[in-house]
Amino acid sequence: MKIDETDIKNRSIEELTADYPFITSYFSDNNLDIEDKNHLSLEDKNHLSLEDYFRTFDEEELEDNAIDVELHYRQIAEFVNQMNAFLGQGEDKVKSVTILPGTDKSGTPENFEKMEIKQGEIICIVGPTGSGKSRLLGDIEWVAQEDTPTKRTVLINNDVPDRKWRFSTSDKLVAQISQNMNFVMDLSVFEFVELHAESRMIKNREVVIKRIIEEGNALAGEKFSPDTPITSLSGGQSRALMIADTAILSKSPIILIDEIENAGIDRKQALELLLSEDKVVLMATHDPILALMGDKRIVIKNGGIHKIIETTEKEREILSTLEEMDRKVLAYRTALRAGEVITEIN
Amino acid sequence: MNLVTVSGPPSSGKTSVILKTIEALQKRELKTAVAKFDCLYTDDDILYEKAGIPVKKGLSGALCPDHYFISNIEEVVKWGVEKEFDLLVSESAGLCNRCSPYVKGIKAVCVIDNLSGINTPKKIGPMLKSADIVVITKGDIVSQAEREVFASRVNTVNPSAVIMHVNGLTGQGSYELSTLLFNEKESTNTLVGKELRFPMPSALCSYCLGETRIGDEFQVGNVRKMKLGE
Repeated sequence: MKIDETDIKNRSIEELTADYPFITSYFSDNNLDIEDKNHLSLEDKNHLSLEDYFRTFDEEELEDNAIDVELHYRQIAEFVNQMNAFLGQGEDKVKSVTILPGTDKSGTPENFEKMEIKQGEIICIVGPTGSGKSRLLGDIEWVAQEDTPTKRTVLINNDVPDRKWRFSTSDKLVAQISQNMNFVMDLSVFEFVELHAESRMIKNREVVIKRIIEEGNALAGEKFSPDTPITSLSGGQSRALMIADTAILSKSPIILIDEIENAGIDRKQALELLLSEDKVVLMATHDPILALMGDKRIVIKNGGIHKIIETTEKEREILSTLEEMDRKVLAYRTALRAGEVITEIN
Repeated sequence: MNLVTVSGPPSSGKTSVILKTIEALQKRELKTAVAKFDCLYTDDDILYEKAGIPVKKGLSGALCPDHYFISNIEEVVKWGVEKEFDLLVSESAGLCNRCSPYVKGIKAVCVIDNLSGINTPKKIGPMLKSADIVVITKGDIVSQAEREVFASRVNTVNPSAVIMHVNGLTGQGSYELSTLLFNEKESTNTLVGKELRFPMPSALCSYCLGETRIGDEFQVGNVRKMKLGE
């Protein structure tokens, strides 16, 4: 049931916080102290309507704190409706994303009929820089309906998608992890994951936080503790924590991984973690090992999808050889780091 | 003509976002112009000119920038109407977090960046809280979790706004933003008679008028003292 400004205005703060516990975060983030002794005596606090509460501010206080009372009623009603919708919504799973062709930069129709990406699949995106990878991603994120420059159409679960995928803050289709991303907050690993968990309003927080830190450590070459400040994690540790956190806490069904070739983490295990959390993985890469790990790869050229190639049996064989070579290189790396001298190549 | 007011803290990426967005509008053959308001200095007008965008620049100098903005916007609108632009974007920096240049009935966009800190949404007043569209920039350099937490904080202080992520460098998201800025059915030919969404901070004290000396005897007019307590 939707509520409106009048409902909000006339109900007591006590009732509002009992019915909508999350409303306290609205008050605190908007610097409205509903416990403020100067404004409310203890007896009347519980029965005071929101309108009465705002009446306790005099004109000078309203002006000083830049409080727009009417706007607050509207915003609170909107907030409550959004949160109720968010909390009440069932698991609306994205099982597949379908891309219908549009055109490339020259207006030539794209050369494929229909591209379906299913949950648990890894799709690689290859092509020169500037070829249109971000536009493709943009189309998916914006669930294009022939209304972007490429004129592509994106379907979710084989159906025309709900508009919420475009505009709702809590329902974003695509989460991104790239080489250039850093942590900027002054928090410890634990506090950071806790903050993210809080904003997602998930239950059994402690368990989830513990799991994320464990998974992150499993991916990272060097271990980190829950008390480590996130800004002092190494590149590899940061990437590992980002992947574990995104896999487990982000609600977005699609994860885009943008060029994490040299991130110093166990890439195979990272992909397995994402897939075990039912994500669709899109991976933009120039690395042959990563590109061949995908189920399919999209070749982008001149802004359009030029080809869709399914990884062949032969390529999978070649992949094992490449992985073998990669392990060798890695072994040399480890040896060098340990101070050994390399005498021969085998 | 469509009018859009864009504002946001300094260095949040307003100009980059506007440039990329206008690129998308130009492809649709919409004539777009910019009025750039700043305080002491800006050479963003050169960036706009280079991109072939008609631009007017206003520096408020010794005056409060937002007061300066609102006293000049009508003339700028007239210029836009005369030149028959489809869309005029006014760009101004929110310098004190208390002000906002938004006008009732005119689309208002606030640009704010992921690097500015998790408590920033809490610190910005009507400029963020009463915007119709909030554009969050610099998402390509922070983690997914920080982006999500930041966006959810913005959503708590302004639940009715459309919140978008735009990358001012690659332009990712700017096409999408452009579709929200121009509406064929909208037409603004004058702002006379329209009202600000929220009053600007009032100030009329001796320092507004050029006083430089410090001390009670030099303070006249609208002066308020901190409550220091014990």
